[in-house]
Amino acid sequence: MKNRKFIKKAIKYFVSIILFILSVIPFWILAVNATRSTEQIQQGFSMIPSHFISFNYEVLTGRGFGFYRGFANSMFISTSFTLVVLYFSAMTAYALVVYEFKGKKVLFSIIAFVLMVPAQLSLIGFYKMMLNAGLTDSYIPLILPGLASPATVFFMRQYLLSSFPITLVQAARIDGATELSIFHKIGLPLMKPGLATMGIFTFVGSWNNLIVPLMLISTEDKYTLPMLVQLLKADIYRTEYGSIYLGVAMTILPLVLVYAAFSKFIIAGVALGGVKE
Amino acid sequence: MELTKSKKKRKGGIANYSKYGQMFAIPFIIGFLLFQLYPIIYTITLSFTDLAGWETELNFVGFKNYIHILHNDHFLRALKNTWIIWGMNFIPQLLVALILAKWFTDNAVKIKGEGMFKAIFYLPNIITAASLAILFNSLFGFPHGPINQILIHFDVLQEPFEFFRSKPGTRIIVAFIQFWRWYGSTFIILCAGIMGINPSLFEAAKIDGASDWKIFTNITLPLLKPITLYILITSLVGGMQMFDIPFLLTGGGPDYAVETGMIYVYNQAFTGNRNFFMSATASVVLLLIIMVFSALIYYVMNKDKRKVSR
Repeated sequence: MKNRKFIKKAIKYFVSIILFILSVIPFWILAVNATRSTEQIQQGFSMIPSHFISFNYEVLTGRGFGFYRGFANSMFISTSFTLVVLYFSAMTAYALVVYEFKGKKVLFSIIAFVLMVPAQLSLIGFYKMMLNAGLTDSYIPLILPGLASPATVFFMRQYLLSSFPITLVQAARIDGATELSIFHKIGLPLMKPGLATMGIFTFVGSWNNLIVPLMLISTEDKYTLPMLVQLLKADIYRTEYGSIYLGVAMTILPLVLVYAAFSKFIIAGVALGGVKE
Repeated sequence: MELTKSKKKRKGGIANYSKYGQMFAIPFIIGFLLFQLYPIIYTITLSFTDLAGWETELNFVGFKNYIHILHNDHFLRALKNTWIIWGMNFIPQLLVALILAKWFTDNAVKIKGEGMFKAIFYLPNIITAASLAILFNSLFGFPHGPINQILIHFDVLQEPFEFFRSKPGTRIIVAFIQFWRWYGSTFIILCAGIMGINPSLFEAAKIDGASDWKIFTNITLPLLKPITLYILITSLVGGMQMFDIPFLLTGGGPDYAVETGMIYVYNQAFTGNRNFFMSATASVVLLLIIMVFSALIYYVMNKDKRKVSR
């Protein structure tokens, strides 16, 4: 009996460690090769870093890989988009929970339905519409659609229903506060934990988005980081393996750092996503 | 008329505030109409026209595009690729995630460092798909990519293999990347599902002498059905729109082996003649496929549920 338990345990650890290595090793090779010269990379495989990182960096940036510009662009877009999503989703969810109004049921049905509609499949209409409006090559179509984020509204509504004390709103009304200031001073602060969870997923989703900016943005100065990555496949880097690895590593590093700081929080959020249904 | 008026008066307090509810929802409604409803309707409209290139005038052509696209080998091949790659990724993904979830929630044989394993298994999911595509393009490179070097070093291969010239090879790599990115997420969701099951059910079964395997197949799996349904549908919806990885890995090649439905949509609209009408038609077909299969999965799973409860 004891023996069987030991074997079971050994198998579990063995498989878990294999998967652990599988998850980490591509990033390890990436980090190591970012520090090796192209000759070293061609000669053979190694798990030990070398000292060509600054050389690779020179080659990378010397051929037009505008990492900092791309980083700043992505940062601006993702931050603005996330703020728009959080503020207006909180507002809509607050309206759905605190007020009774005509059309409330219809609104909620729409939100629940749109949750299931895959957004990418209306991209052609979205693109043509932006083309007609003269908004291609602008960040507006990347930020403003955050006004309507059904998933965030849905989540925040559940969050409010389970934890929001309506009596606080009534008390504030007696004190003569306006409805908007009640939302700002009581609603938003109480929603903070829920907003933080949705905020990080919204931010990462926007940061990683490739197809929408790829369709809309044409000026290289306005490229987001995921768009910039595709330049590494261009001919100018063809034989500069070290620089390609370094370029990819630089685009991955910010996310790895964010994940290192918030992984517990993110995993709790992922688990919540499934239980919700 | 009279009645509703008096009703409103009695409900006075609420009626006074109802306009704020509407006001607070207005930005959402505008955003929804402008950026979600209109683009969908516009996409559907375009699928009935002949709009292409930089033309601004469009002519309605009825169902011509639909008839054309359903006989278009190029599009049908893209659909087939999408399903093959999704299946090759989803089946192992669900199996591995289920096994892991069973192991990690088993209190009899605890695994140390559970949180760390979870965090590492989920890591690939958060990394930009575009970057991962370029990374795997380099890892499987020919002839000096690390994978080739390792395989030759361990005598698995005699000479470097050109993965991205092989159709099955490239498909397996794309499916593997999808698997690798998503099994952690599925695993965490399933864990949460298993932990949400009432523990007294497991205890009762154990007292009755049920084996581990019996408990898993007769209690855990049936109770996980709603969550598995959620995973299946979200994975299908995502899988049918697969774009980033195959697009940046090989651009859809070799010989269109990993050209997915979404790559077809993109290429029709943004390369060559800019055939927006074909692109829109393909989008609508993909949308219909997703809707039909989601409904089907939902129906099949719920039909089973009714039987069980009886």
